[in-house]
Order: sequence, then structure tokens, then C-alpha cells
Amino acid sequence: MITIDVLVSQTEGLNRADVELWVRNDWVKPEAVGNVLSFGEIDVARVILIHELRDDLEVNDAALPIVLSLIDQLYDLRRHVRQLGEVIQEAVPSDLRAEVLQELAARNR
Amino acid sequence: MEDPYVTLGLKRDASQDDIRAAYRKLAKQHHPDLNPGNAAAEAKFKTVAAANELLSDPDKRARFDRGELDAAGQERPSGPSYREQAESTAGQRYSRAGPQSQAWNEADFSDLFGSMFNQGRRPNNGPRPGEDQRYTLTAAFLDAVNGATRRLTLPDGRTLDVKIPAGTAQGQVLRLRGQGGNGVAGGPGGDALIEIDIASHRFFERRGNDISFVLPVTLAEAALGGSVQVPTPAGPVMMRIPSHSDSGNELRLRGRGVPKHGGAAAGDLHATLRVMVGPSDPALEAFLKTWKPAQPFNPRAEMEESS
Repeated sequence: MITIDVLVSQTEGLNRADVELWVRNDWVKPEAVGNVLSFGEIDVARVILIHELRDDLEVNDAALPIVLSLIDQLYDLRRHVRQLGEVIQEAVPSDLRAEVLQELAARNR
Repeated sequence: MEDPYVTLGLKRDASQDDIRAAYRKLAKQHHPDLNPGNAAAEAKFKTVAAANELLSDPDKRARFDRGELDAAGQERPSGPSYREQAESTAGQRYSRAGPQSQAWNEADFSDLFGSMFNQGRRPNNGPRPGEDQRYTLTAAFLDAVNGATRRLTLPDGRTLDVKIPAGTAQGQVLRLRGQGGNGVAGGPGGDALIEIDIASHRFFERRGNDISFVLPVTLAEAALGGSVQVPTPAGPVMMRIPSHSDSGNELRLRGRGVPKHGGAAAGDLHATLRVMVGPSDPALEAFLKTWKPAQPFNPRAEMEESS
């Protein structure tokens, strides 16, 4: 957990006012302890992602929320599929798993 | 390590703007957070970022160009990857359903997997109708115009006699009741849905219920007129060519297009004339050399005016 000052100082080219705007827009959701924002690992990674999307990938402020929404949906889906995979790994006998994989492979041909 | 100029697809005299543009283009393509689970994209992005790191700094670039700096070892120490965070349980914080939402609910299941997880709630022993099955049948042009019965062999070896009605349109779907999947426990069979794909014809073309084609005529038929035999979808008929006809003139045979079907009236057949001079003929050529037209005309007059 780091403060916004540390975050801005350790990331080249990052502007404090921008980060504050992103938090106000709910694009980044650090924990607020009293008046102090506290950035966890995922929040730091997300700030860097937004920074790269805007500065390197030329996503403008109007398009950013759309891109973030799609990214969030993609990762929601990937978390779900991963969990499903874990459950299948534990609960489904291996011969049945092999059968399902075979069926999937046949369909994608 | 690959030459950073090669990585970015640049010549050695590229400007700083070229470098920035090349980097952005590749970064958009390969950014690992936009390609989760794609290891190749991640590796590519790393080399692209390293190349940019080196070349975007004019000082480092100059040293590299002079051979003082190696291309290796320029990789940025990567910060926390958003992808890794987002795929772990920490990612729940940015879930569209909100951080407090249940990771899984029934709507997710049915949304992602259709009815797979709902089967338990349906009484499995009651009668259920069979599923509809979709097929495509390619019909000859004239079969779709006039109507025909054609036999379709299904993947499971069964055959279906499909009655193609007159005036069938491209993409039209015919429904054969009860010819789809078998019903369960005495339920009715599903339907077979057959999409008609109409093959093109050698010379007929169809626009709705009208049919058009190009009718070649001889010089004499065009100039003097006469009766010629023309094809129609229902078989050949005689048609009169008026005298003084010309290439491009369109003659219409009313009601000789797609026959009337359902509520639709019969369409028309449009023949567009094309005058054919034919093989070399000394008598014709001798005549044309001495021929003085009574009304000389320039067939390209319109072109000259507009140019």
C-alpha cells in the first residue's frame, strides 16, 4: 500500500492531477483511509495501465472509460472461466475431462 | 538481442517522430494487458518496449549508433502487471458487477453456458419437442424461378424431398415440419429449416421478379427488324425485333419473368440488344467502303460534349 505521492514519484511521466482525476472518475479505486488515498498493488498496476493506454496507445479521455470497461469485462470473464476450470479440475473425473476436451477440439477444427 | 531498428521496422535514419509512431503502432497490437494469456504478444511487447526505450532517448540512440551501447540490457524493469493482478482474486475490485458481488451467480451461468446448468430444473422425463435443424440447399437458377422438387441428403444419411416453390428468393428459408431432430419421450419432432442458395445462370439475371438478359442480334436483324427466337425461363418464344433497333435497346416481354406465385404478379423479362457484326464478309465491307450515309451521325457526340 503506497500513497499518491510515492506512486507519482516512482512512475516516470505520471502527473498527480491526472491520478486524482482518474480516482474521481472511479477508473482507479484506491482505499481511502481518512483523507489519505492508499494504493494497493492492483491499483498501482491499473494506474500504470491507464498511463500507458493514454500516452503510448493514444487512447483519449473520451474513449478511456470504454476501453477500461471492456478490459474489466474481459478479466471478469477470464476469472470466471479460470474458476470454472479449477472446479472442473477438482470435481470432474479425468476420463470425462478428456472427452470434453476432445469434443471441443473437434468443434474448433 | 535483435537490432532495435529492425524490431520497430525502421531505417537507421528514422526521425524521433518515426520511432514514436512505430512504437505506438506495435504497442497497440501487442500490449499484454490487451492480450491476456497470449505469451507471444507479451514477449513481442517486451522487445518492442526495450527497442523504444533505447531509440526514443536521443542520447542513448547516438551511443548505440556509434557502437558504444549494446542493444541488450535495455529492458525496463517491469512494474506490477495489471494482467496478473486482474486475473487473481484482487481483480474482483474492478469487476463490472462491483467488488462485493458474488463471484458467481446463476445469471452468469446461463449467460455463459446457455441451458447447460439449468437442465436439472426441467422434468427430464416429460415429452419434449426435438430441436430444429438447419441445412443449406443450392438450387439451380431456373428451379428457384419455376419451382421444383429436389432431394437433399442429410449428414445422417436420411433424404428429404424439398419442394422449392416458384419464385423462391435468395436466402429464403423453407420449413419442413417434423423433419428435424427427434422428439423426446413422445414429444413432436423438430423442424428442418432449409436455406435456399440460388446458383447463378449462364445468361439470366434476376432482380426481384423481373429477369433480364443480353440478346445478341445480327446487323440485319437490328437494322431491318424481324422475328427471332429468345429464351425465357418457361422455354423459348418468338419475339419481334423492331426495325432500326440498336445495341443497348431494351425490349420487354411482359409476364415472362418469374411466374406469378403467392400474392405476387408475374415479373417481366427484359432483353437488352447487343448488335454483333459477325465474321468478316467481303460483300459487307465492299458495301461499307462505298456507302454514303443519308444522315451521317457521330455515335460519340455525347462523349465529346461532356469532356
